[in-house]
Amino acid sequence: MTSDITLPFYQALTTDVNALSTCQAQDDLQGIRREALERFSVLGLPTLKTEAWRYSNIQRYLKEFPYELLYATTTVPASVVAQAAIPELDCYRIVLVNGQLQADHSELPTGKGITIGALSAHTQAPGFTKWFNKQHHLAQESLATLNTALFADGLFIELATNTVIDKPVHIVHVYTAAQHAFIQPRHLWVLNRNAAATIIESSVHPDANVVTFANSVLETVVEDNAELWHYNIQQGDQHFREVHTTAAQQQANSRYHHFNFTLPGTPFTRNNLSVALNGSYTETNLNGLYIANGSQHVDNHTFMDHIMPNCNSNELYKGVLLDSADGVFTGRILVHQEAQKTNAFQQNNNLLLGAKADINSQPQLEIYADDVKCSHGFTAGQFSEESMFYLRSRGIGEDAAKALMVNAFSHDITDEVKVPALQHYLQEQIAAIMNN
Amino acid sequence: MLTIKNLHAEVEGKQILKGINLEIGKGETHAIMGPNGSGKSSLASVLAGRENYTVTEGEVWFNGKNLLDLSPEDRAREGVFLAFQYPVEIPGVSNLNFLKTALNEIRTYKGLPAIEGRDFLKLTKEKQQLVDFNANLMNRSLNEGFSGGEKKRNEIFQLAMLDPQLAILDETDSGLDIDALRIVSNGVNKLRDAEKSFVVITHYQRLLEYIVPDFVHVLYNGRIIKTGTKELALELEERGYDWLKEELHLKESV
Repeated sequence: MTSDITLPFYQALTTDVNALSTCQAQDDLQGIRREALERFSVLGLPTLKTEAWRYSNIQRYLKEFPYELLYATTTVPASVVAQAAIPELDCYRIVLVNGQLQADHSELPTGKGITIGALSAHTQAPGFTKWFNKQHHLAQESLATLNTALFADGLFIELATNTVIDKPVHIVHVYTAAQHAFIQPRHLWVLNRNAAATIIESSVHPDANVVTFANSVLETVVEDNAELWHYNIQQGDQHFREVHTTAAQQQANSRYHHFNFTLPGTPFTRNNLSVALNGSYTETNLNGLYIANGSQHVDNHTFMDHIMPNCNSNELYKGVLLDSADGVFTGRILVHQEAQKTNAFQQNNNLLLGAKADINSQPQLEIYADDVKCSHGFTAGQFSEESMFYLRSRGIGEDAAKALMVNAFSHDITDEVKVPALQHYLQEQIAAIMNN
Repeated sequence: MLTIKNLHAEVEGKQILKGINLEIGKGETHAIMGPNGSGKSSLASVLAGRENYTVTEGEVWFNGKNLLDLSPEDRAREGVFLAFQYPVEIPGVSNLNFLKTALNEIRTYKGLPAIEGRDFLKLTKEKQQLVDFNANLMNRSLNEGFSGGEKKRNEIFQLAMLDPQLAILDETDSGLDIDALRIVSNGVNKLRDAEKSFVVITHYQRLLEYIVPDFVHVLYNGRIIKTGTKELALELEERGYDWLKEELHLKESV
């Protein structure tokens, strides 16, 4: 930590750590928190010299303002929540303000086997005891350890064996504060054996003058033969910065489908996504679409950890970089020696449409088993001239043609979205970005 | 309707068109024939506004407008249509959405309101039947996975939908078997009327048995070296192009 000591953020940290530990005196996680804080002090905040953060200058955003780590919990009017509505989507709704569950704005799924509530209220739940902070990749990411040490609250979901939620659950994250705030939500979702759910996340940013920096961590566990469809839509605004860590664990025969959509708005987005395969015969689909404009920075850092044999993973990230936006993609695939018969595929395709747009893409394949099928690929290009000419020769103007082409480019991802209203919503959003 | 005067064009520094003169009147159908590499497809590309071609000399007037000043989309909006020799596959763009966008862009240009969904579907159905285009292909991605014949039929279907004044068919017959050729030609013939003109570019006389032209031009080495009626096409079929080349060389050496 010594090298970062001049950061106001650090000064805030040191002042607030004690205060935080006082206010969390009732918290039965003191051991875990202390350990995480120690780990954080070893790792320090990432700098451009940190290998996994070479292309993402987070310090710049931490230095920007003195962020409050302690902020008053607050409520928001229904009109704010309504901004997140996805038209025609028949769903349950869970509203979190800075990670705090707002029961009055929420419509929770109920029924046998469904446990949903504030994480802080479920530290004794079986799913929590068994799984909280257990995904071992978390200890490698300094901001995740910081979250573990200092998080205030988040959402706990546990589905008992054979429990299926009948409609998608839409989680609306509202980020709001009176002063510039560094917000650390922490979530844990556990799907026990044969359970299934579709979860959609999106966010709302009602404040025009206050900067919020969210450093959120989500752990998901997909137990034997369970299935999770998880859609994360990132559409922030100029006053938001985000580091979003998703750490998933899959047990045998489970299916995990992760979709990440980063659309214009937030100047700085870093997504850490890691999946640890603890059982065999699993299926993992990681789909990402990032469309960035202005001087937006989007970094997707993914890690498929093939620990057990006979697992399939498929990763497709596509990017559209406009103006002087820059993108970063890292796709790490680790196939352990025991993980024979692994199929692991990865693809990162980019359209560089801005004169100053750029992409840094890095596959990292480490394969220690000898009977596997793994591949990776990367492309960066512009629109095919021939396609553009074809569209224009039919009377379609250049802008409309580009919008059609971007929609087409995104189609591999949006087509896999299995919730029609959400699929339609995303297509509309993409069209709106391109027509703007 | 279309007047081409002394048109010279080059691509990548290479002179391809070396002084084309051509006058196409309303309702006429002109065939342009010629050996490989004579500049037939280049002429189509230049007229449609393909950007890698540079016009170095000459003029093209379309209904009193300088066509060469217009962007490819504005040429289309003014009523020029090019049926591609190799239609492009665009995965992810549905045929239907593509056509609706095109139609509405043209309507906007003409100051007309966007077409109502119901009217669009009605029009689509009517034109599908007219040119015998498989309705199952409508919701598919544009040309993706279409057979050669299906692609060419899609070109003719688009032609029917967009209803241009001048349609340029660039080797629409290439790669078609006799049945597909008949279907495509029937589609074109149904679209022919007193207002619409066609330029049919082809390598083979075969197509002209189905789409009977008013005039036949022979393009060779970037110039039109002979103009005649449909009988000229038959003569070319029998005698090939060599006699014309010889005639030309004789003329030039005099």
